[in-house]
Amino acid sequence: MSTTSRTAGRQYWVALRAMIVFTAVLGVAYTLLITGIGQLALPAQANGSLVRSGDAVVGSALIGQSFTDADGNALPEWFQSRPSAAGDGYDGAASSGSNYGPENADLLAAIADRKAAIVASDGVTEDQIPADALTASASGLDPHISPEYAQLQVERVAAARSLPVEEVQKVVDRAIQAPDLGYLGEPTVNVLQLNIALAELAG
Amino acid sequence: MDTFFAILQVATLVLLLVLIHRPLGDYMAHLYTSRRDLKVEGGFYRLIGVDSQAEQTWRAYLRSVLAFSLVGVLILYAMQRLQAVLPYSLGMQPIPEGLSFNTAISFVTNTNWQSYSPDVTMGYSVQLAGLAVQNFVSAAVGIAVAIALVRGFAYKRSGTIGNFWVDLTRGVLRLLLPLSILTAIILIAGGVIQNFNGFTDVTTLTGGTQSIPGGPVASQEAIKELGTNGGGFFNANSAHPFENPTAWTSLLEVFLLLAIPFSLPRTFGTMVGDKRQGNAILAVMSTIFLVSLSALSIFESIGGGSAPQAAGAAMEGKEDRFGIFGSTLFGTASTLTSTGAVNSMHDSYTALGGMMPMLNMMLGEVAPGGVGSGLYGMLILAVIAVFIAGLLVGRTPEYLGKKLGPREIKLASLYILVTPTLVLAGTAASFAIPAIRDDVTTTSIWNPGIHGLSEVLYAFTSAANNNGSAFAGLTANTPWLNTALGVAMLLGRFLPMVLVLALAGSLAAQDKIPATSGTLPTHRPQFVGLLVGVTVIIVALTYFPAITLGPLAEGLQ
Repeated sequence: MSTTSRTAGRQYWVALRAMIVFTAVLGVAYTLLITGIGQLALPAQANGSLVRSGDAVVGSALIGQSFTDADGNALPEWFQSRPSAAGDGYDGAASSGSNYGPENADLLAAIADRKAAIVASDGVTEDQIPADALTASASGLDPHISPEYAQLQVERVAAARSLPVEEVQKVVDRAIQAPDLGYLGEPTVNVLQLNIALAELAG
Repeated sequence: MDTFFAILQVATLVLLLVLIHRPLGDYMAHLYTSRRDLKVEGGFYRLIGVDSQAEQTWRAYLRSVLAFSLVGVLILYAMQRLQAVLPYSLGMQPIPEGLSFNTAISFVTNTNWQSYSPDVTMGYSVQLAGLAVQNFVSAAVGIAVAIALVRGFAYKRSGTIGNFWVDLTRGVLRLLLPLSILTAIILIAGGVIQNFNGFTDVTTLTGGTQSIPGGPVASQEAIKELGTNGGGFFNANSAHPFENPTAWTSLLEVFLLLAIPFSLPRTFGTMVGDKRQGNAILAVMSTIFLVSLSALSIFESIGGGSAPQAAGAAMEGKEDRFGIFGSTLFGTASTLTSTGAVNSMHDSYTALGGMMPMLNMMLGEVAPGGVGSGLYGMLILAVIAVFIAGLLVGRTPEYLGKKLGPREIKLASLYILVTPTLVLAGTAASFAIPAIRDDVTTTSIWNPGIHGLSEVLYAFTSAANNNGSAFAGLTANTPWLNTALGVAMLLGRFLPMVLVLALAGSLAAQDKIPATSGTLPTHRPQFVGLLVGVTVIIVALTYFPAITLGPLAEGLQ
């Protein structure tokens, strides 16, 4: 019953044939099967949960965006996303965290700059700024901010858009998403969807 | 409230694992003991030329493992080098020699270390026909070797330990593939993408442009977790919203990567005919897991260190939807298995927090460990624990009715030495050889100072233990690190397998000796405590000096 008589060379021939079959089954057939099921049964999710504003696709509900001008300056009339280390910020083709360590001087300087910028733009004190407003996410594409960071920006956005604070506040309140099943993860606000709702309000 | 929700989240995970481990464990025991082939398997065996009823000696089994893995490395290397002529390559260039070498080894060894940024390096063909295929088969190889060792304990006076090709095929076709199909669909429902769209440029709300990536992600994500592989479709891995869109998918991914490793002790108990033995192993794994998870969660919640203090919390490198606990749970599960996927950036953890993933890997990834590798790693430690207990009471050590003589103990001891040697030698060489040190400190290291040492120590720990996670600031795509880490992954995977299969052969050849009043019971809490102790002490003695120079020094400064 033993196969010790098999030569070593034969094992490689078996291995090669096995790999070819596995590549066809696991690499090609499996991927196509899942793609077929996804495209037929769950096309919205399978294609990236794209969202529209009016008729135009403006992004994905799952991928964060920058709300800045071409030079990267924050536009006060939009709710701002978290800092991002993906490319020049929210580059969908270059997901990345900053990978700065806890004692990194560049990170400390960046946090100080971000604090100063938010203090200047939103008129709050440094200790009112939530941590997610000062730190880059793991993916650089975090679509969310904390409800605290959204709240902090309400007055600035209302002023920039000449809207009553209460109206903007209502949009924010509606945009707060509870944790999954009420206890998994954290409460969040999807910035793109919040800003789309805001645009519809103004329009 | 946060703590309460965190405990509730762990309770959910534990409940799911408790529910799955019996049926899945028993199913695997059946799968690897049944003599019957499916029709499709019969056809496959004829096609590749294997007699499925013929068992192999440990040497033949090992030759098959090595032949299959070598062929896998060569195919994957060739695919990367030929990327430009493969379809669906998105115009990406052929992968250079050094990186192809590193990546081929990385995926065949179930490590999935990525010296590259997949978003801009790997086209669809290499991802799905190369990397994803290895995600399946490398996982099945790991389980096969673990099953062979279990057979060593279960068999009596046998010259053989099973048939590698049968174990491999069944693991792929009857275990990993059906589970992957099921979970890939659930992941799509959660928002994971599955398409061949390439990059779609959209005009954003402010009038800028953004490239939304596409790709067959869900199919790869499912096996990435189930097979404890961990190689991401995207650079940000499971932090990327298209790989892990929401908190429940994150918990699902944690569950998937733990499901098989936490069920294998049941398989082991069933196959050796004493389920209590499996439960004892499970208890050891669970204890270490919960302690480690608590430690990391506490360190990150406290948020020590200059930057977390300045920001108000350790949120650098973490996603809002997961929060701190969703990140520490994933990080713990990923590094206590051989997965190495991340949903937060370990490089940005607090100093003491960053130490925990390192310690998890240094334990040898045995709580519960990678698919297969976790079980055989833990059984090796059990052999050592029984030996130490035998020394203490002055009796011949025996485990599950098998005498642990000089040959068995030598094999187990060599196993224990392999990864620490690779980790410490690799890290030391990176700093001791002047030319390499210059390259490592100027090109590779991202964070200056002590943290830079931690990045290199983490890299070699991850490679040698076939984890694949990183302190990802490190630029590893250099000739030295691609080569050294490639060698560490290769030796860290296959030297232990050689020793495990040799041990399996020598155990299978023995008769079973009946338990006597002098036999150490290995299913009671006393043994569970002993095994936890042995696991921790071996690591503490081996790695304490290196840990002191890296994360401990940074955390205490």
